[in-house]
Order: sequence, then structure tokens, then C-alpha cells
Amino acid sequence: MIRPDAPVLLEIRDLHARVEDKAILKGVNLTIRAGEIHAVMGRNGSGKSTLSKVLAGHPAYTVTGGSVTYRGDNLLELDPEQRARIGVFLGFQYPVEIPGVSNLEFLRVATNARRTEQGHEELDTFAFEDLVRERLKVVQMDPAFLDRSVNEGFSGGEKKRNEILQMALLEPLVAILDETDSGLDIDALRIVAGGVNQLANADNATLLITHYQRLLDAITPDYVHVMAAGRILRTGGKELALELEQRGYDWVDQELAALAAEVA
Amino acid sequence: MVASTSTRQLWVEPWLAALPAPAGELGPVQQRGRAALARTPLPAARAEEWRFTDLSLLAQLPVASVAAAVERPLPAPQPGALRLHWNGREDPLQGVELPAGLQALTPTDLAQGLGHTLAATGCEQHWPVELNQACAERVLALRVASRQRVNLELISAAGEGLQPLRLLLLLEEKAELDLSQLVSAEAAGLHSLVVEVHLARSARLQHGLVAFGRSDAALLAHLAIEQEPESQVSLSQVVAGWGLARLEPRVVQVDGGAHTILRGLQVVDGQQIADTHSQLEFRGPEGQLDQLHKAVAAGQGRSVFNGAVRVPREAQRTNAAQLSRTLLLSDRARIDTKPELEIVADDVKCAHGATVSSLQTDELFYLQSRGIGADQAAGLLQRAFCEEVLRDLPAAARAWCPLERLLEARA
Ligand SMILES: Nc1ncnc2c1ncn2[C@@H]1O[C@H](COP(=O)(O)OP(=O)(O)OP(=O)(O)O)[C@@H](O)[C@H]1O
Ligand SMILES: [Mg+2]
Repeated sequence: MIRPDAPVLLEIRDLHARVEDKAILKGVNLTIRAGEIHAVMGRNGSGKSTLSKVLAGHPAYTVTGGSVTYRGDNLLELDPEQRARIGVFLGFQYPVEIPGVSNLEFLRVATNARRTEQGHEELDTFAFEDLVRERLKVVQMDPAFLDRSVNEGFSGGEKKRNEILQMALLEPLVAILDETDSGLDIDALRIVAGGVNQLANADNATLLITHYQRLLDAITPDYVHVMAAGRILRTGGKELALELEQRGYDWVDQELAALAAEVA
Repeated sequence: MVASTSTRQLWVEPWLAALPAPAGELGPVQQRGRAALARTPLPAARAEEWRFTDLSLLAQLPVASVAAAVERPLPAPQPGALRLHWNGREDPLQGVELPAGLQALTPTDLAQGLGHTLAATGCEQHWPVELNQACAERVLALRVASRQRVNLELISAAGEGLQPLRLLLLLEEKAELDLSQLVSAEAAGLHSLVVEVHLARSARLQHGLVAFGRSDAALLAHLAIEQEPESQVSLSQVVAGWGLARLEPRVVQVDGGAHTILRGLQVVDGQQIADTHSQLEFRGPEGQLDQLHKAVAAGQGRSVFNGAVRVPREAQRTNAAQLSRTLLLSDRARIDTKPELEIVADDVKCAHGATVSSLQTDELFYLQSRGIGADQAAGLLQRAFCEEVLRDLPAAARAWCPLERLLEARA
């Protein structure tokens, strides 16, 4: 839902970042207001996951220029855990398996970290079990997954559902979902998309990274951005995704070439 | 390196001289231990099996007096379990009604059984064993009757000084024993533990030793086990926080055909040293070993693991697996881990491996990205590492072993 007067949640300005010695983000600009759903598309390797990890504060990426403000504050100076506590959530493209750490305990510790930041009291194990059972319904997940180690041995689709379960518990203000649709069967895609729609409201915002129109059939984006070579090359409405579906990404090369010519 | 003789002069000789005259049921054993200590120098780095383990802390410990027992708040005993407070000085069986199937050994049985398993596992002349023999005034000697099942908890929490503990257990055919043992140093001191267990055919022992120390305390422990065929032993040790801890679990399968599970977890930080030297000897065919030894090494701690497995010619069709895994939390910590496989039989399966790793950046980041602080995330991952050993402890020992304490003991 686009409301021009809605407060800006996330403001990315000319963001540059590198990993090791390789420059990957080369001037990303993006403004996200409360209530909006954004989709970022683009070829493999164009920098979508890098953008998401830089926003979440992954230590392997170094910001070399530009700024990111979250509700007016500098996001980039915060530790990853602090970003999460104040409401920035990253749904991983490849959720990490952590053998030996119970999923239930992990979810409880994470939920309580967020609650403490919000000034709510921590939930004890019993209160948390009630909450988690309720939120499991959002993703129609079997409670048996709570007793296993975090993501260990989960199938690809189960891992993605576990990501959305975490989102449902943490109630972020900005959720960045990196290819949450990949690896999902048709039913699971519907369930996950239903969960995301259920959690989206006028006060929060969602940034979907995806390759496929089928996710955007289920979750209608307000904006679609095309990322190429480390920046956002084009922005449009939901029809841009349909156009990409038909035309592919060949035009991207022409635009990039044109841009390069301009610079030269 | 401190010369062994000078260290010995510093404390062993005057200590021996100050001990009360040999007396009681262990009088002859004391005499023997004292004579041995008087002529055997303290183990030094020259000896291969003590190469990495500096014993100089021992000279600084208050060993002149026997430590008093200290109350520790603990969860209630497991249902049906007998809990004994045991400090090596008083009789832990005084006024206690033993459950069905558990009996104190008669003097004749004791005379026959004491030292048998130490000899069978080839450690009766080890220095830490002689030290225990020199000073232990009592032995807790129990028999689990055939086909009976007993659940025993032994609590040894001691204040300043020396805590000499000696235990002898005889498990008759098909007897089953769950034994949870807590050794806790509440002040500076030396804790000397010698355990002998003989398992008759088809008997089963699940033993968990949880030992929490401090930087000004040392633990010297020998766990000697003899297994008849078809018996099962699960032996787990969790040690953390000791200035010096040396553990020697030694198992012999007297005719093969038995099953042995060994689990170890040692945690070192600061200048602490933890050293496990395990040995398993198969003296007959078709024995099994499943061994996992883990270490968490932080600060300038030193972790040593040496796992000997002996498979002589008569031990055909032995199946043994040994894995050592270390979590390295500091680049100043030192690790020495070594399998020592001596395999003569040709038709055997013996697998072994050793890994050293540090905390994984991606695992840490995943936890942090959910709002979990860096320290707490590291703590969760360390706990996960330890969990694999802790889950094999008997229920009571598990309950004494909150990971918080385990990891805090690092500090
Ligand atoms: N840790 C890293 N080390 C080296 N190169 C990296 C690292 N992370 C990303 N890159 C490189 O940065 C580029 C962008 O990667 P990124 O994962 O952001 O792409 P993406 O747009 O998410 O692609 P996909 O659609 O395949 O998920 C790629 O060329 C990738 O190889
Ligand atoms: Mg990606």
C-alpha cells in the first residue's frame, strides 16, 4: 500500500560495499515507507543477497560509501543483533544449520531479545510455548520442528518456513526476504506467501528478493526494482515484473552499456 | 622446566613424613603407596605420557590436611536413587539403609578385590595411583547383586586441602548400575580419585563423572574398569575449571566381546591444564569401542588427549571408533591430541579422527541476525558443542552439570 505521507522506515543512499577486495554494491538507492511491499529482482550475481547481508550487518562485507538510515538513525553503525532487536529482519537465502542448538530455545532467546528492546517483559518457557504454537499456524508447521536443532536436516522448504516462523515471532518493521520462495513446492509457496501477507500491515514494510513472478502473484508488490551490477537499474510497479517475465534481462546489458558510455 | 627431584623435595617428602602412621583396613596399601612415592620421582616432562602436562601446581596446593566436606546446593536425588556424601574421611554408609541389590563388601571380598582391576589395567604403579594409596584412609566398596538394578549418586564437594577418594565396585552377572559422581573443589586443594570396577558377564555400568574445579585446585583421577564378555560400560567425564586435571580412564575387555562407550569433555581457560589419557585393551575377539573426546580450549589453556587402543592378535573382529574434537576459542590455547592405536589383529575395524575448529562465522551471524548478542551466540554454540557429550551422562550427573557452570568455569 503506497501512502506518500507514510513515515520512511529505510533509506538507502548511494550504498557501496565490497567483500574482500571485490566491489559488489556500486551505488544502491532505495526508499522504503511504512506499508509498502518492494520486490527486488535481477540476474544471479547482481548483488541482491549482498545488499540484504549488508543491511543485516554481516561481518564479511565492508561498506565503502553511502548511507543507510532506519527510522532516521544510522543503521550501519549498529551490531547485527541490535539491528534485529530494533526491527530489521533478514530471511536468509540459505538458512544456516546449527547442530546442537535447539530450535525452540533459539526462537525463545531471539524473541525475548526483541521483546526486551521493545520494553515488553521476557516470556518464560511456558508462555513462549503458547506463543510459538500460535505462530506455527502462520506457516502451518509441525510442532515437531521445535524439538530439532536449528535447521539441521531440514529440507529446503522447511528451512524457509522456519525463517517465516522467526519473522512471525519477531514482528519486524522491515523484513528482507531473500528468495524465500526458492525451493518451495506449490502448496508451501502458497502457505509462505499467505504468512507474509498476514504479517504485512500499515506500520511495517517488506522487501522481497525473488526471481519469479509466481511469488508476486501471491504477494502484490507496490514497487519492483531491477538490480544489475551492484545498483538498482530500474524501478516500476508490479507490471515491471511481468515485463521481465516476458523480455528477460537482455535489455539490462544495453542499459548498462549505455550507462558506461555516458560515464566515458 | 622444574626438576622433578626438587619439586618432590619441596613437598612430597615432608608431606609423606607428616602423614599419620598407616592404620585401618588400608594400612598395608598406605605403606605400599608411601614406599613407592618415596622412591619414585614425580612424573616429569621426560616421560612420554607426561610430556605436555606440567605438575608444578601440585607443589603449591595445601595438601597437609584432609579437606572437610562442603554443602553444595543440588537438585533432589533422582527418584529411586541413593545419594551418598563421600569425602574419603567419614564412612558414607553410616546410618544409611542400602537399597535392595546393593551391599557393602566383606573384609574378605575387599582383600581379594582391592587392586585387582588396577593391576589388570596396568596402572597400579602409576604415580597418581600411588599417591592415592599413600593417603586414602578408607575405601568405599560395594557390590551390586546379580540381576539387580541400582542408581547411585556420590557427592564429593570439598573445602581446602586434600580429598583422597577410593572406590571399588563389583557388578555381578547382569547387575546394572547407574553411577553419577560429582567432584567439586570449593577451595584450593588436591582431589585424588581412584575407581575400580569389575563387571561380570552381561553386567551394565553407566558412569558419569562431573568434576568442577578452580584454578588453585588439581584433580588426579584413575578410572580402572574390567569387563567380562557381553558387559556394557558407558564412561563419561566432564571436567572444567581445574588448574590441573589429569584423567586416566583405563578399560580392559578381559575376553573381548564387550561394549565400551567412552565420552570425555574438558574445558580449559586461563592457565588451566586438562589432560585425558585413556586406554582400552581388548584381550579377546569381537569387542566394541565407541569413543568421543571433546575439548574446549580458551585463554592460554592447555588441553591434552591421548587415546590408546590396544588390539592384540587374539582380538579379531574388534570394532573400535575414536574421535577427538576440539573447539579452539583462542589462538593462545594449546592442544595436543593423539590417537595411539596398537593393532596386531588383522581382521578389525578401527576408525579414528581428530578435528580442531573455531566458532563458525556464519553460525554466529545467523544467531546475531535474530537479536542474540555476540557473547550469548558464542555461548549457545559452545553449549551445542558440549551437548554431544553431556547427553550421554546418567540423568543425575546431567542435572548437576548446567552448561552455564561449565562455561563459566572457564573464566
Ligand atoms: N563472501 C563472498 N566472497 C566472494 N564473493 C562474493 C561473496 N559474497 C558475494 N560475492 C560475489 O558477489 C556477487 C554478488 O553476489 P550476491 O550473492 O549478492 O548475488 P545475488 O544477486 O544474490 O545472486 P543470486 O540471484 O544468484 O542469489 C557475486 O559475484 C558473488 O560471487
Ligand atoms: Mg542471492
